[in-house]
Amino acid sequence: MEAIKLQVNGRKRTVHCATNATLVDVIREQLHLTGTHVGCDTSQCGACTVHLDGDAVKACTILAAQCDGSTLTTIEGLAQNEVHHPMQQAFNECHGLQCGFCTPGMIMSAVDLVHKEEELSPEAIRSALEGNICRCTGYQNIVAAVVQGAAGMKEQQS
Amino acid sequence: MYSFKMERAESLTSALERFGDSDDAVYLAGGHTLIPAMKQRLRAPEDVIDLSGIPGLRDILVTQDGIEIGAMATHAAVAGSAHVKTHIPVLADLAGGIGDRQVRNRGTIGGSIANNDPAADYPAAVLGLDARIVTDRRTIASGDFFKAMFETALEPDEIIRAIQFPKIERAAYLKFPNPASRYAMVGVLIACISDEVRIAITGAAPSVFRAADFEVALSESFSESSISELTLPSDTMNDDIHASADYRAHLCKVLIGRGVQMLSDH
Ligand SMILES: Cc1cc2nc3c(=O)[nH]c(=O)nc-3n(C[C@H](O)[C@H](O)[C@H](O)COP(=O)(O)OP(=O)(O)OC[C@H]3O[C@@H](n4cnc5c(N)ncnc54)[C@H](O)[C@@H]3O)c2cc1C
Ligand code: FES
Ligand code: FES
Repeated sequence: MEAIKLQVNGRKRTVHCATNATLVDVIREQLHLTGTHVGCDTSQCGACTVHLDGDAVKACTILAAQCDGSTLTTIEGLAQNEVHHPMQQAFNECHGLQCGFCTPGMIMSAVDLVHKEEELSPEAIRSALEGNICRCTGYQNIVAAVVQGAAGMKEQQS
Repeated sequence: MYSFKMERAESLTSALERFGDSDDAVYLAGGHTLIPAMKQRLRAPEDVIDLSGIPGLRDILVTQDGIEIGAMATHAAVAGSAHVKTHIPVLADLAGGIGDRQVRNRGTIGGSIANNDPAADYPAAVLGLDARIVTDRRTIASGDFFKAMFETALEPDEIIRAIQFPKIERAAYLKFPNPASRYAMVGVLIACISDEVRIAITGAAPSVFRAADFEVALSESFSESSISELTLPSDTMNDDIHASADYRAHLCKVLIGRGVQMLSDH
């Protein structure tokens, strides 16, 4: 067993979990934050994407025991005071989802992308979302949503 | 994933000691090869020794004759490093094309070369740029490091500390990625190091190798015409569901040609 201290969506939490628990196991089963999904067992789909110490990572491919002392943001941590994050808003408005299974991961990747990259052409967005797979293949609207969400994030900052 | 014990090493010495005390230990770096393998029960170590708490292993330093990259530097750190971009732009390019953004935020250069996956990108850079691998006990030349598929010159408990690359501006990496995994179906690194041309090819064969005939021809005359008659033998190439051996041999030559074109336009 491991005792792991985390800052989760702004709150201090301590979880006790098995040494072989992955971060996504802990997020879903101990913290009950089920917005983070598991879509594969090959580390390829990105449905489990969260921000760990400010970087987008695949929570299925990290042991919870590697995260002691870390800061974690999940999809549930984006909205502030019940108001959607601009990227969530954009996915809603652009219809950037069909079944919605990949969406939390897509949004977490997109937010990280806007935080880190200056220039975001639709082409750059497509290649930057390499690690997120949408089985409904709604990529057209996903890219449109990221373009709009990026603009919304810039506006909110200024 | 089977259960195991996890240890966090604070120093190289303590990591080595813990490895020595165990019957079945493995080092953990970024975990982006090891954890998927453990999840699929392809690997089931008793003890996992986490290297992430050892100080200094993530540094990227400019040295007198090159750049020294700590084994625990992530692919994203190498791709984004101003030192690497200035002095070895091809290495920043290569690191920025590994897997996807999430993978690059965790995977490390040390883990990649210790693993020596036949389709990994970094082995092409280490061999093509003639880097040196610095471990806890010695320095290994690039030509002596990669032994066979998933096999290197490392002793079971040996830890890579850093990789020393020479500064090289005129070099290109051409990757033909597998469309699903983004691993290299074939990846060709061509470097012009003063008058010598070095070519290292990953993805094509069980382990990274140099294309000696092509190197000689291009060192004499750096043009596509000087290699037009040369071929790579397909009997040493990988042959799998992704591509046949003949196709890979052909792809190697096509990518070498494109690299020569790119570097000639420079
Ligand atoms: C979806 C996906 C796509 C990927 N695509 C690519 C790709 O396109 N190209 C590519 O090259 N790779 C790719 N990878 C692999 C990725 O780059 C891995 O991160 C890398 O191969 C291993 O590095 P790691 O730090 O994660 O090592 P780990 O998984 O932690 O370790 C791998 C092995 O190396 C050993 N090891 C680690 N560090 C050291 C050290 N310092 N000294 C001695 N031994 C050590 C470990 O004991 C273990 O046996 C991909 C991975 C995933 C999950
Ligand atoms: S569940 Fe993590 S990448 Fe698919
Ligand atoms: S919306 Fe269904 S998987 Fe992407």
